[in-house]
Amino acid sequence: MTRPFFSGVSRRDFLKTCMTATALMGLPLEAVRRVAEAAQSPGRPPVIWLHFQECTGCSESLLRSSHPTLASLILDLVSLDYQETLMAGSGEQAEKALEDSIKENRGKYILVVEGAIPTQNEGVYCKVGGKTALESLSRAAPGAAAIVSIGTCASYGGIQAADPNPTGAVGVSNVVNQKPIINIPGCPPSPYNFLSTILYIQTFKKMPVLDQLGRPMFAYGRRIHEHCERRPHFDAGRFAEKFGDDGHRQGFCLYKIGCKGPATFANCSVQRFNDTGTWPVSVGHPCIGCTEPDVVFKTSIFDKVQIHSLTPPDTYPAAVVEEKGKGADPLTTGVVGLVAGAALGAGAMLVKRLPKEVGDEKSD
Amino acid sequence: MKSQTRRGFLKCFGLAGTVLAVGRAGFASEGAINDNGVGLLYDATRCVGCKACVAACKRANDLPPEKGSFDPEGIWDAPADLDGKTRNIVKLYRESESVWSYVKVQCMHCMKPSCVSVCPVSAMQQDADGRVFYDKTRCIGCRMCMVACPFIVPRFQWEKPLPQIVKCDLCKFSEVPRKGKPACAGVCPTEAVQYGRRRQLLAEAKRRTETNPGRYRSYVYGEHEVGGTNVLYLASAAVPFDKLGLPNLPNEAPAAFSEKIQHRIYKGFMAPLALYATLFFVATLNRKKLSKGGEKEEER
Repeated sequence: MTRPFFSGVSRRDFLKTCMTATALMGLPLEAVRRVAEAAQSPGRPPVIWLHFQECTGCSESLLRSSHPTLASLILDLVSLDYQETLMAGSGEQAEKALEDSIKENRGKYILVVEGAIPTQNEGVYCKVGGKTALESLSRAAPGAAAIVSIGTCASYGGIQAADPNPTGAVGVSNVVNQKPIINIPGCPPSPYNFLSTILYIQTFKKMPVLDQLGRPMFAYGRRIHEHCERRPHFDAGRFAEKFGDDGHRQGFCLYKIGCKGPATFANCSVQRFNDTGTWPVSVGHPCIGCTEPDVVFKTSIFDKVQIHSLTPPDTYPAAVVEEKGKGADPLTTGVVGLVAGAALGAGAMLVKRLPKEVGDEKSD
Repeated sequence: MKSQTRRGFLKCFGLAGTVLAVGRAGFASEGAINDNGVGLLYDATRCVGCKACVAACKRANDLPPEKGSFDPEGIWDAPADLDGKTRNIVKLYRESESVWSYVKVQCMHCMKPSCVSVCPVSAMQQDADGRVFYDKTRCIGCRMCMVACPFIVPRFQWEKPLPQIVKCDLCKFSEVPRKGKPACAGVCPTEAVQYGRRRQLLAEAKRRTETNPGRYRSYVYGEHEVGGTNVLYLASAAVPFDKLGLPNLPNEAPAAFSEKIQHRIYKGFMAPLALYATLFFVATLNRKKLSKGGEKEEER
């Protein structure tokens, strides 16, 4: 073997991670072998990783995960030619590495973009090595085999693009066209979604199936709400009404304190985070809808979201509708009849007493 | 058309209508009851009340959600009954902790459906498989079907400017062409709803009641009611059918009875002819009287 297992990763951990990634792609168990082979293949795809308007949270969530396997897998899986957070070199030297990689691996490298691209005033709001984000991206994009936008900022503009968006920040797909773009939104996205996407391309040499927002269907095909552990509370109408109240302490549904789960497509409620099975909702914070361009940074975290695909609650209407009250009793009927009769009689008498013809009266 | 007089036009119209009416009556009359249609068998003792069928029905037939009276924010699809947005619903009868039952409510698909019989424009129809379905392109919105149905199934879209009738058609146009069975039967996790030929379903229902007399009420609802229905019900021994909203109904189909009278009267356009003949007779009589009276007047 040219390379043993990844440095610092046991065979067991390696296979476990491959297994998780394969399951996440929705592939059968037999596919694990192919994925593991692809992960060990010596021909590592070159990756250029550009950072623009961002907080480096996406990189951080990848690197600082409690378990080292994931980060080492990703970093060993690819030949990371340029990554501002991780590379040893700096200044001219680093920029040269970028130029060289773009030239050398033309048409082969995967371009990973982290962060939004400012477009206002020719994009002066974000410069790396004296070049604006727009310039860097338009330099690197044409030679890329595929572009992966990691994080909500690179996918849709993210927090920079929130109203009033002073820098005119946009996502990669607004700047680059005619290139396959895979969006891995999230703030930060699950590192497994990124790993699975890279492994998918490695193993099958093609793009995963994407939804209309450019997200891989295997990770973003369903709403968080559909697999949420608090869902039974939603169906039963047991809600936390405000933070810290009795319902909140009891672990009731967070919808009424702003959970965006019913409108958010992502696999957080299945894959969880930090290799420990936690995620925001499990610790009592409502989902903020960070994978949805129309939800996060567009609506308040604590506003209730409109639910579009409504489902039945776990209450039931009665099989036989009870009759609405009892009918009028005889006494009431009699009294009402008498009054009505008297009124009718009085009316008739009144008519009799009226002058015979109106015309007569006038002529008098 | 310019030379067409009003009188001529109306005459022509009447004649065409007559021909059509005779043709229709001849076609629709004396249709033998088809007892090999498709239908559902709902077993209330198997139902776990998960409402998967309610959600699946809405998805398959593209029906909007209905707000519940207890749910001002509209976060659930919580219809209280069948309505203009709901073709299928699961209800609950609860007498005590131990005596209770779910019941799924949808069109019973009568073998001799009253709604089809009363519809003046054949918007309600029954197909060769016994499914009763609705053709919105023909409907004139008279809502006679709603009055006629003994199970109060057809519902009206009261809130819409161009309303339609809403009722179960056993997914005739939606799920059956795609997956071979209605959405409710396809999604049911406990096979409480089964789809199939009525004869087979009836045999299966009887097998269950006979082999499990302690569990089931020894009666298959829908076997005889109003001439028999394609949707059959089994219920727990402890719960009478009328408590589940399934009324005690005669075994004869009202539609068969009324059609017998109507089709006899109108056979060969008899009744209108008789009426017109009588009118003609009265008119001639009066004409004679009038002309005689006129003569007398002149004499004076």
